[in-house]
Amino acid sequence: MALFRYPTFADFGNPLAELARAKREMDRLFSNVSSRWPSGGFGAGSGVFPALNLSETGDTLFLEAEVPGVRAEDLEISVEGSTLVLRGERKADTPENVSYHRRERVNGRFSKSISLPYEVQADQVEAEYRDGVLRLTLPKAEQAKPRSITVKTS
Amino acid sequence: MADNSLQVQEKKEVERSGEHTRNKPVFAPAVDIYEAEASLTLVADMPGVGLDDVTIDLDKDLLTIRGTVPNHATDRTSIWSEYAVGDYYRQFNLSSAIDRAKIEATMKDGVLTVTLPKVEAVKPRRIEIKAS
Repeated sequence: MALFRYPTFADFGNPLAELARAKREMDRLFSNVSSRWPSGGFGAGSGVFPALNLSETGDTLFLEAEVPGVRAEDLEISVEGSTLVLRGERKADTPENVSYHRRERVNGRFSKSISLPYEVQADQVEAEYRDGVLRLTLPKAEQAKPRSITVKTS
Repeated sequence: MADNSLQVQEKKEVERSGEHTRNKPVFAPAVDIYEAEASLTLVADMPGVGLDDVTIDLDKDLLTIRGTVPNHATDRTSIWSEYAVGDYYRQFNLSSAIDRAKIEATMKDGVLTVTLPKVEAVKPRRIEIKAS
């Protein structure tokens, strides 16, 4: 005769231990996600100003950021290894004694650090700022460049 | 970071009747509109748009601003994307009469500023009360 047994609370052992195990499982799952750059797709990203796009060719990384209303002299960029920091301030530029009908634009300071997917040659980074869009050209470090390997035939 | 650190304002895509000839999204730019005694000023964030790529129309009370963004190099592979690149379009119904001959627009660092001077008659006038 087959014996069926209903699971009782005792079968879960220590419920707290079980919870801790589940947490470890989730952490493991998400660590895989957060440590890597997702492949494309538009999203709000980190939500930290400014929004930026990153693209690449074989030996160069390109970063674009929309910072309308920020003056070039109020932008500060620093690169170290594969970490890039963007800092700046968008200053209010409005006269006194006016009444607002609409106020959708926001001002303030910003600071965003980005972990680049490759190491770059920090001394070769070029920055261009035009029409409120910052464009950085970041040459990849030698070891990050793709290499083609020729297969020798004997 | 302090409370005043900036957050990304997500771009709002515009829904329009009629199809675009350009295969690009169209966004409504974030604007400030403020009124002074003699004029109305509209400030719009349109990153990527140069002065030559903006058109401003005033048809009766309907103000239309358009901005087009030049096409980009396509030999690059996107690896991370927090914003989409597209054109800008927004319309406003103006409540006060505008002297259209004196409309001025400037573009700096991706911000469009349109100054719309009011017609003389609309400007508030102080009325003196004479004591008898």
